[in-house]
Parts: sequence; C-alpha cells; structure tokens
Amino acid sequence: MIKTAHMPVTDAMTLLDSWLQRQLKAETSVWLCDTCASVAAGGGTRALFIAFSTAGRRAGRDDLRLGEVDRTAAQAARSGWDPVRWSIDQAVRTRLVLALPSSDAKAWLTTLDQLFAAAGLEELVALYQALPLFPHQDLLAPRIAEGVRSNMKPVFNAVALDNPIAGERLDRDAWNQTVLKALFVASPVARMVGAQRRANTTLAQMLIDYARERIAAKRPVPGDLWDAARPGCDTAQRVELDRLQHSAAAATA
Amino acid sequence: MKLIDPHVHMSARTTDDYEAMRDAGVVAVIEPAFWVGQPRTTLGSFQDYYASLIGWERFRAAQFGIRHYCTIGLNSKEANNEALAKEVLEILPLFASKDGVVAIGEIGYDDQTPAEDKVYRAQLELAKELNLPVMIHTPHRDKKRGTSRSMDVALEHGLKPGSVIVDHNNEETVKECLDRGFWAAFTIYPKTKMGNERMVEVVRKYGKERIIVDSSADWGVSDPLAVPKTAKLMIERGIPKDHVEATCYGNAILAYGPSGQFNESDWLTPSAIDQRTLFEGNSVLRGQQPRVDEPVAAKGLIS
Repeated sequence: MIKTAHMPVTDAMTLLDSWLQRQLKAETSVWLCDTCASVAAGGGTRALFIAFSTAGRRAGRDDLRLGEVDRTAAQAARSGWDPVRWSIDQAVRTRLVLALPSSDAKAWLTTLDQLFAAAGLEELVALYQALPLFPHQDLLAPRIAEGVRSNMKPVFNAVALDNPIAGERLDRDAWNQTVLKALFVASPVARMVGAQRRANTTLAQMLIDYARERIAAKRPVPGDLWDAARPGCDTAQRVELDRLQHSAAAATA
Repeated sequence: MKLIDPHVHMSARTTDDYEAMRDAGVVAVIEPAFWVGQPRTTLGSFQDYYASLIGWERFRAAQFGIRHYCTIGLNSKEANNEALAKEVLEILPLFASKDGVVAIGEIGYDDQTPAEDKVYRAQLELAKELNLPVMIHTPHRDKKRGTSRSMDVALEHGLKPGSVIVDHNNEETVKECLDRGFWAAFTIYPKTKMGNERMVEVVRKYGKERIIVDSSADWGVSDPLAVPKTAKLMIERGIPKDHVEATCYGNAILAYGPSGQFNESDWLTPSAIDQRTLFEGNSVLRGQQPRVDEPVAAKGLIS
C-alpha cells in the first residue's frame, strides 16, 4: 500500500537537530547530542528512559518555531509529516527515540513498547505523533490501532490528526471508525492526513447514518461531517447528504 | 479563593466530584499512589496503576480545568507481600522520574512490620537519589509511636524534615511533627481522623506555618470537598484569611514545589502546548469553561 524504499529516519534526525539547535540553550544541545550518541552506540536503555522522562524539564515546553521552509523540508523528509504544532520537548523526545539502534527489529520494538507502557500523557502524545518517522513501519500497526482506541483525546489526536500514519496503515474498517470517532470527539477531520484518498462509500454511509441520528435527536450535526462524507459518496448518497445538510441547516437557523 | 487538595485519590472518584471541586475553587490536586482497597497480586497491576496516575487521570482532571499531579510509591500495606514488593521497587524509578510526579509517597507504616520497614527505607533512598520530597502515610493504629518512628527513620536516612510531608496527623501527633521541622498534613474525613471543626482549632492553636489540609478522598466514605468546606469553616470561625490561604493552597506549593514539578504557573499561565493538549485552550483560571457540552459557571464556595 505504501512505499518504504526511502527511510526518512536520518533526514528527520537532521531536521530535528537543526530546528532544536535554534531554540535550545547551548548546554541542553550538548546534553541532547551526548545522550543521542550514547543511545545510538547501544549504551543501554537506561540513559534513554531517563532522558525521555526528563526532556520537558531540560528543554522546556515552548512551541517549536518552524517556518514554511522547515515545513517543506519536513514534507520532503517524510511525506505527510507536518510538525507545525509540535513543542520543543516533543521534538527532543522524538529525537531521542530516533537515536535508538534499530538493526535488531525485535529488540527495537521491545524498547519502544517499554517507553509506551510507562509513558505519561504528554509522552504518549510525543510518541504517537512521531510514529511516521520511526523505522520498521510495518511493525507499528498494533500500536496505531491502540492509539486511535485511546480515550484520551490528546492521544487520539496525536495519531489521527496531522499524522500520515493512520491513513497509510489502517485498513478500511479501522480508518472509517477513526474518521467517525474524530467527529464524535469533536476533533477536526480536516486535519486527518489522506482523508481524500481513503474516502469510500461505506464511510459515506456511516456518516450519513450518524447525521440522521443527530438530526433525529435534535442535536447539532458536526460542521465538518459534510465535507468528510462527500468525497466517498456515490450519486444516491450525495443526494441524501445534500438533503440532510439542508435540513440540519434549517434546524439550526 | 484558589484551593489545592494535595492528597486525594481521584481514580476512585466520579466526574461529578471533579466538577464540584472545580466549582468550589480547587485548581490543582495531588494523587498519591496508594493501595486500591484490595491487595494487587501481580506486577502488571502496579504498572498499569502507576501509568494511569501519570496519564489517564491527568487527562480526566484537565477536562474539568483541574491540574493533576501525583506521587509514586509502594504503600505500606502491600509492602508485606515481600516477593511482589521486591519487583515493584525495581520499576518505581521508571515512574518516579516522570513529569508531574511531585514526591515519593505515600509511604511509611501500616502494621509496622519488618517488611514495611524495609520497603519504607528503600523508598527514602530513592527520594534522596531523585531529589524528591516524601509524603508519609502515618498508621491508623498505634499512631503516635508509628508517626514518631516514621520521622526517626526519615532523619536516619539523611532526609531534611523540610522535604518530608507527614500526613494524617491528629491533635496527638501534630506538635512533635512541627517541633521537629516536618510538614504536618491533616486529612479531613467525615467520620474518622480529623473533622472540619477540629481542623479549625488546630490552625487556631498552631497557626499557618507548615500545616496542610487535605481530603484523602478515595473509594471509602470520604469527602472530595473537604478542603473547600474546611476553608469556608475557618473563615466563618474567624481564622485569618492568610492562614486559610496558606493551609489550603500556598503551603502545598512550598512543600511540593522543590520537586520542580509543582509550579503555580502550571495552572495560572500554562504553556501553549499544555493548553492545546491538556486543556484545549480551556482553563477556569483563564475565564473559560472546561466543559464543551454544557457550560457551568465556576463559583467558589468562598470568594
């Protein structure tokens, strides 16, 4: 389904390093550089775990300041990657995980699972939004599924929004559920990467049914439902969608 | 008046409680790791419990505009399962060094067994290593001796009294606690330990220095509004307002602030990323309503 010929890990590391260098204090840059080097050299997971847990305290939580040039470079390094809403600690955490040796896929995944198992809320967000940059993308499907199942909205958003991995890796049923869930929890569907490409008639029907449910309950229909449903509609569905949108608009007028 | 409940087991409480606490002026809570009413039998149960304190519960609280912190530790009751306790002690550092963990706790004695003593001491060492304050759970039975012993052992391990919060004090234990330079916290339970009225008299007698009020509300008969109600009663009974502010807000910041994980700015001026991920731009203190479905006017029990 997707091409993995070009692994973005190295490019992403280079970009993160250059962005972080602009904002980190000199001593924090040195700390990050040294820690990454030790993690990359196979220095054990202890240094990684400690650095990962304390990244917020060391590096701060300011927004990562990115310009258009940076966003273009991010897209070039990894298609669909847009870190414009990332914070510094998230970038540092991502950089640390990318330093982890990955030639032994099983060992790499074990360490990643340990990071997830002991992760706090902010750390989960950092890990999930960094998934598209990780090596061994083909091993990440269960993790992606877990992320979109999360009851914590920031975690759900980290996988579902501004992140190409859901659109690339979820099968059709799981993708459809994710779109519907985004509408349920009022996450902006427009920020789901690949929505146009993944549109399908089953999803259109699910969203039409959901709109009917809301109208029947005299509750407002999420404003972004119509645009989310339309690309997947067949002709009959499009007529029905327009009719529903019209009656929803009339109800709120 | 802004309030903090620095000892409350929110995992055991409902969203109604969060809402009521928020409406009564509570802006931040500390949830100490404790037992869950029945003994856990596997390491995994502990692991998931600790993870929920730094993840899920933090999220739940944020939905109501309340900032949630926790302490990490192995409680004294479950220290008596020696084989399991050993495994738990091994994973504690992984969680204790996380963001938002403001102390090692609640630890100390229950039946004052040798197993409890061993686990307590190991965790005092961990607190020293991580430079974190300690929250002590004093025993329900043989309380006076158990409280003295908790302090003796903390000092023996080189902890400074100013970085140790001794909780569940009563009229019989408070004097020694304060005289020795420790923080004296009081749990306000509806039926046992301290009641609101007794608490008012303690503050009248001992003043505001190093005294902290909390609810310890959990899955038992307890009151998540104990701090706001006690604060209100103190005002009504003529306790100076600055004493109320210190014992129900400021002292918690002084006691747990040295962790570097408990800063007033977290809830007064949250960082942009916290506003997006934790509060989605909602915080009672910013004059906005944390609930998206049906806004409820925030109103303190005392203004």
